[in-house]
Amino acid sequence: MELSKEQLIEMYKKMVQIRKFEERVVKLFADGKIPGFVHLYIGEEAIAVGACSAIEPKDYITSTHRGHGHLIAKGGKIDLMMAEILGKATGYCKGKGGSMHIADVDLGILGANGIVGGGFTIAAGAGLSAKMRGTDQVTLCFFGDGASNQTTFHEGINMASIWNLPVVFICENNQYGISLHQSRHQRVADVSDRAVAYGIPGVTVDGNDVVAVYEAVNEAVKRARNGEGPTLIECKTYRHRGHFEGDPVVYRSENEFNEWLKKDPIPRFEEKLTEMGVLSKKEVDEINEWAVKIIDEAVEFALNSPEPELESAVRDVYTDIIEEVRK
Amino acid sequence: MRSLTYAEAIREALKEEMENDNRVFVMGEDVGKFGGCFGVTGNLWELFGEERVRDTPISETAIIGASVGAAATGMRPVPEIMFADFLTVCMDQLVNQAAKIRYMFGGKAKIPMTVRVPVGAGLSAAAQHSQSLEAWFTHVPGLKVVMPSTPSDAKGLLKAAIRDDNPTMFFEHKILYSIKGEIPDDLDIIPLGKADIKREGKDVTVVATSLMVYKALEAAEQLEKEGISVEVVDPRTLFPLDEDTILESVKKTHKAVIVHEACVRGGFGGEIAAVITEKAFDYLDAPIKRVGALNVPIPFNGKLENYVIPGTEDIIKAVKAVTE
Repeated sequence: MELSKEQLIEMYKKMVQIRKFEERVVKLFADGKIPGFVHLYIGEEAIAVGACSAIEPKDYITSTHRGHGHLIAKGGKIDLMMAEILGKATGYCKGKGGSMHIADVDLGILGANGIVGGGFTIAAGAGLSAKMRGTDQVTLCFFGDGASNQTTFHEGINMASIWNLPVVFICENNQYGISLHQSRHQRVADVSDRAVAYGIPGVTVDGNDVVAVYEAVNEAVKRARNGEGPTLIECKTYRHRGHFEGDPVVYRSENEFNEWLKKDPIPRFEEKLTEMGVLSKKEVDEINEWAVKIIDEAVEFALNSPEPELESAVRDVYTDIIEEVRK
Repeated sequence: MRSLTYAEAIREALKEEMENDNRVFVMGEDVGKFGGCFGVTGNLWELFGEERVRDTPISETAIIGASVGAAATGMRPVPEIMFADFLTVCMDQLVNQAAKIRYMFGGKAKIPMTVRVPVGAGLSAAAQHSQSLEAWFTHVPGLKVVMPSTPSDAKGLLKAAIRDDNPTMFFEHKILYSIKGEIPDDLDIIPLGKADIKREGKDVTVVATSLMVYKALEAAEQLEKEGISVEVVDPRTLFPLDEDTILESVKKTHKAVIVHEACVRGGFGGEIAAVITEKAFDYLDAPIKRVGALNVPIPFNGKLENYVIPGTEDIIKAVKAVTE
């Protein structure tokens, strides 16, 4: 399917929105406003946006510890995300989840996940559920190259493949499992090679090219909806920041970093769209200003939001039991 | 009143709940045509077909992880893990995912999943097929833990667990599968969190779980002849725990013995003892006694195995120790 001008603009807007969101998180974290750990998506925006542009609101995603981009791409509300990252009562999870656990089940976002590889089997289960309920919902399972060495990778993809489940496994190969380069954590160069082991298609695409990601995922989603089972898509990319904010990033060279900066997915897409005449330079500027304004509003909402009441800590463990409060 | 085995009662609960609600389905290793490792799922495969009585690869992680994903998206899975010992393989899915998703998401998701698991020793199955690991799961907020002793309790509690919107661990003792018991005609669900007094008595309270309920009843029978009246309390669910029934009994008898098959160290008996001590200390006339397996892995040799797991004699000894 050819992408329309509107779709292309929408994709660009989402990518910019993610980038601006993450840049603001960098600043807020540096200012000490964000507790805990944050793992940023800067440099990988083309994957979440390309992939989520190929699915519908009824579809599901499972995300990762590096989840802000997936959530925004799937329609997550930026103000509720920002409030959650700041631990506020108004946040997506009422301040109980934080960056690594943001979810919006109503939007089909089955959660970021603090466990590397935590999403594979949950995605298989969402796919099984869709199949058993007789819907044509598809689940996208995002994961990193590091997660492809977890047992869940094997068990989840194997289960999805034997049962022909409508799941698309999307590897964001950013070259590093925390500090360890891919060449030191697995023998294969392409994670997609592993698809052979499950008898499913495996493809590798340029993860910094949003249209390439879209096309690959779109194809896989069609297969999934037709009952043809899962696909493994590997998107080669690079994270611009460290594994987490505060990571001294001693494990990669400046040269490598600079080479990847040249392949930054946002300027690349911007250039393409202006060349195609889809966007003018002025419209690009307007979109960037719009994105910053929305983030400003979200940050203001988050900063002005109340802290959760202490006694809220005992709620939401069970549907029917409220634990005792501290006496 | 009909009589069913524990395994039949569990199968009947599954059948009824699957008939009641088409979101309920069973999955696990060899639960289909094979009928389950202990024959519990039996003919359900013939009745409901392979979609809803689903054979899985030997992938405990995927069985529980996929159940979590299915539960979060509108199904009510009842996965079976073939032996409690294999729960170690899928601990992330149980502890970090199933138990915590609702809380981490701020109460905006639910995981209506019931994990059926055979526990216990007695088959010379050695250290990796005999453990009673229920206490681990009581230590994880977000999970409920059920451990029935009789066929009717198993049936009523399993139906309640399946209808519950929270992830629930349902521990079935392997030795009990063939034991018969009466099923009241009007049995529906037995609510989680309600203990049952299996025998009334006035001199000492014995809190016992699962297979140990029978050993406690045997002990009570023998002790009766010696003039010691034993009350046997079966908590039936470890979380939520019916503290009131246990405490009322202890307040009446002033003495407590706690029995489980799991090894004593770190066992759930410690928790029950703590509850009694915190809430009924002044009523106690003697220190609480715990009876459980020796603090060793379950050995293969039948004589060694019998030596390690607690028996009627151990309970009698403990009761005598607190009543002397």
